[in-house]
Amino acid sequence: MQTVKMVITGPFSSGKTEFIQSVSEIDVVATERKITSEAERIKDSTTVAMDFGRITVDDELVLYLFGTPGQKHFDFMWEILSEGMLGFIVMVDSARPETFREARRILETFRAYAPTPYVVTANKQDLPDAWEVEDMRIALRPSPEIKLLPCVATDKESVKTALLELLYNILEKMESGEF
Amino acid sequence: MALKGNLRDFTITQLLNLISLAQKTGVLEVKGPGQTVWIFFQEGKLAYAYSDKRDSSLAATLYRNENITKRQLRLIQSRAGDIQDKELGLLLINANYVTQEEILICLKDEYVGNINNLFTWVEGIFEFQNNAHPSNGKITFRINLENIIMEGSRRLREWEQLQDEIPSLDMALKFTDNPSIDLRNVNLSVEEWRVVSYINPKNTIKQIAKATKMNDLEIPRIVYGLLQAGLAQLVRPFSEKPSTYQKPSLPVGGKKEQKTLVNRLIKRIQSL
Ligand SMILES: Nc1nc2c(ncn2[C@@H]2O[C@H](COP(=O)(O)OP(=O)(O)OP(=O)(O)O)[C@@H](O)[C@H]2O)c(=O)[nH]1
Ligand SMILES: [Mg+2]
Repeated sequence: MQTVKMVITGPFSSGKTEFIQSVSEIDVVATERKITSEAERIKDSTTVAMDFGRITVDDELVLYLFGTPGQKHFDFMWEILSEGMLGFIVMVDSARPETFREARRILETFRAYAPTPYVVTANKQDLPDAWEVEDMRIALRPSPEIKLLPCVATDKESVKTALLELLYNILEKMESGEF
Repeated sequence: MALKGNLRDFTITQLLNLISLAQKTGVLEVKGPGQTVWIFFQEGKLAYAYSDKRDSSLAATLYRNENITKRQLRLIQSRAGDIQDKELGLLLINANYVTQEEILICLKDEYVGNINNLFTWVEGIFEFQNNAHPSNGKITFRINLENIIMEGSRRLREWEQLQDEIPSLDMALKFTDNPSIDLRNVNLSVEEWRVVSYINPKNTIKQIAKATKMNDLEIPRIVYGLLQAGLAQLVRPFSEKPSTYQKPSLPVGGKKEQKTLVNRLIKRIQSL
């Protein structure tokens, strides 16, 4: 059996668990725990270990989706994560600009240290307070060649689109001989 | 769709940067604990700005600048009532009280001052409304935001923010290709010019700091300003190998096999 892994990362509560849940054929075995810290009490539970989802491709191939824990600081994790990875999806909550700084930090880290390929999703586009994707592009300043996609993690089609964009991106790079 | 948030998470310089790059037209309302400021933009340029705690009308502004006397101000206020700035401006020019140039200079300073005042705020919420315009009688401008953004960065007090923006001093800088920005129109300090003169994808920020004899605290502030003003952008140093990505890990070797595998993944996800 062959396995490939993708990592879903992003600031606290950006929708990583939801994203994986929308396409995984198993229940995301996240280690959710109740949130106690007042500051982060915008929802009841958060992911404390890696989320874990699965998509069986065929008899020989399985795709695993890993979601990073929300409250951990990202810096020291990405290098470990990057190993053995096909690519990343960086999720950002479009309706919470207070998390953009953290998101920008992730993107700047990526830019400085070059991980495996990644795309960025502007999640929760269904919310009335969501920032427009073009505004988020300026606010988040991803490298110009990085795709920033509108996303609604609760919507399976939207999640599929994000995953596919990442795969197309990888395929393109293979074809152009970038790696 | 909204463009709103809190100043704690989003600085005024960042907002101006966004409005400038996206060439937005509309009004930015910034509400602080004791004051609200409204800034109008036309295609990403400053048109007009006022606050509820300060009279930025033409008459009051001219008086503060000593272009007209207190007596003249009173006269205008009592006789002309709610005369609009444009109309009053014409009257004053025709009566030879002030020149058109004086009016423009002092209103421009007034509007820019209303923004500069915001840079010291730490508390406040903002909201941008698309396609709002100042009322008809106002004298408006089209002022580039770069200088205002640079000024804002100079006044920035929250150092921790810089650390997020510039995670590594091993990155290099390059000039942006933004055609609307003309470096000659930006007022830079001597230190800023020195940094600008070293901008080149071959020089890391660390090297620029060394060359300009700045320390690790001074250089990020200047770089931050240049980034926010849209003059420069961060790039990986040129001399390093140009690859942007690590190779993805795939369980098979061989280019063809790897492509086939990615295509299998694509097919499967499409079928979900
Ligand atoms: N309306 C809307 N809600 C969403 C969307 N995605 C996620 N949510 C909700 O946002 C909240 C946070 O989503 P999670 O999936 O737990 O976010 P997370 O990134 O896993 O959070 P941590 O693991 O704590 O960092 C949950 O209540 C989700 O149901 C979306 O696209 N639209
Ligand atoms: Mg989670």
